[in-house]
This record gives sequence, structure tokens and C-alpha cells, in this order.
Amino acid sequence: MSLRSPLGRVLGAGSAGHGTGQWWAQRVSAVALIPLTLWFFCSLLALPAQDFRAVHTWLALPRNGFLAALLIAVLTYHSYLGTIEVVEDYVHGTAMKLSFLLLLRFTYVLIGGASLYAILRVAFGIQTS
Amino acid sequence: MPARIRPLSPHLLIYRWQIGNSLSILHRLTGIALALGLVALSFWLISLAGGAGSYRTAARVFASPIGIMLLIGWTFAFFYHLLNGMRHLFWDMGLGYERTQRHLSGWFAVLAALGLTLWVWLALWHFGRI
Repeated sequence: MSLRSPLGRVLGAGSAGHGTGQWWAQRVSAVALIPLTLWFFCSLLALPAQDFRAVHTWLALPRNGFLAALLIAVLTYHSYLGTIEVVEDYVHGTAMKLSFLLLLRFTYVLIGGASLYAILRVAFGIQTS
Repeated sequence: MPARIRPLSPHLLIYRWQIGNSLSILHRLTGIALALGLVALSFWLISLAGGAGSYRTAARVFASPIGIMLLIGWTFAFFYHLLNGMRHLFWDMGLGYERTQRHLSGWFAVLAALGLTLWVWLALWHFGRI
């Protein structure tokens, strides 16, 4: 016999008050990152990284810009999930914890957004100099 | 009456240091290191979008001794987090829980990450890229 209410069982929420969504998202983003990060790592190794024109031309190719945008989106999400887990575990006190979590969320949106915007600028050939 | 000293549950610090907990801690540490690497990656992309001038500045930062050291550290963190993350994914599927399997896959993750890092940076050095 279970002491949980039928509604509680359906919602799947444990004692933390929310379900297993975060756990699943971390795993699914991890699987997506295996090919994406390996592609990026190998591309970086193959590129003449000091040569602006070569790197710019590489990222401006549709396939590379698309994969780089996907990489940034999934990487930012996965990294966000991982670091908030660390804060939830080690930062105590509601005020401290909430401030840290808010700061992290804003920072990740800023970093992810700026990176995506940079990739789009290169992809659409906008050059400042 | 003096306050009774109440029994505590076994504390984290009484456990013997071993491969399992060390690698678990290393997974978190490399995760945090890689989060900082994401900031560096963002800086690199923004400088690339900024044009030849800003890209040259960024490339110089990455090619400096501190930059190279950070990149080597991030290379290890990347390989280790990738390999140990795969261990976690296998565990999530209910595989590899036996003692020998855990130890073997753990040592493999850490040694393979070290080996791959060494191999990548020796190759970069060999081909005159650093």
C-alpha cells in the first residue's frame, strides 16, 4: 500500500517538490553534447587558430554556423543545469541561495545570448572593420 | 543537566579516500572548470565577430603562457568530463555497477583523459602550432 496520493503519484514529484525534469534534461543534453563537442574540438584542432580570415570563413559556412549555434545553446543549458546543482548543494540560506541562482541564470542568458549573436553576425557576413 | 551529546550519522570525513569519491569530486570540479571555459569560448566568438583587430587581441591572450596553461587544463577537463559523463550514462541504464567494472572504468576515464590531453598538446607542439 502506498501512502502517496494518486495525484502526487501522477505528478511524480518527490520530497523536493518538483519532479525529475531537471535530472532528465541534464542527461539528454549530455547525450547531445557528445557529438557536438567532439565536432567542435576536432574542428578547432584542424583550424589555423591564429588566422582571423581562415577562422571567420570557417564559421561563416552554413553547416559550421548551424552546428556552432546548436553547440552554444545545448552547452549553455547543460552548464547551467550543472552549476545550479552545485549551488543548490553547497550554498545555504534561502537569501544566499536565491541570489546565487538568479545571478547564475542572468549570467548564462548573457553568455549564451552574446555567443549566439556573435555566431549570427559572422554567419550573415556583418563585418565591422 | 548538561546537554546530551547526541549521536551523529557517519560524517563525510570518516570515509576512506578512494577512487569512487575522488572521481565524483573531480567530475564536479571539471564541470565548474568547463563552465569557466564557456566564458572563454564566448569571448573567442565575440572577438571573432568583432573583426580582425579584436580577434588578434583574443588570439594573443590564448597564445600567452597563461592562456596555453588554461587551454591544456580545459582540454583535460573536457576529456575527463566527457568520459566520466559516459560512465554516468551507463550507470543510469543500470550497467557497470560491479566493483571491478566501476574501478576499471574509473581508472580508464582518468588515464585516457590524461593520455588524450598529452597526445593532443604534443601533436600541436610537434606540428609547430604552439
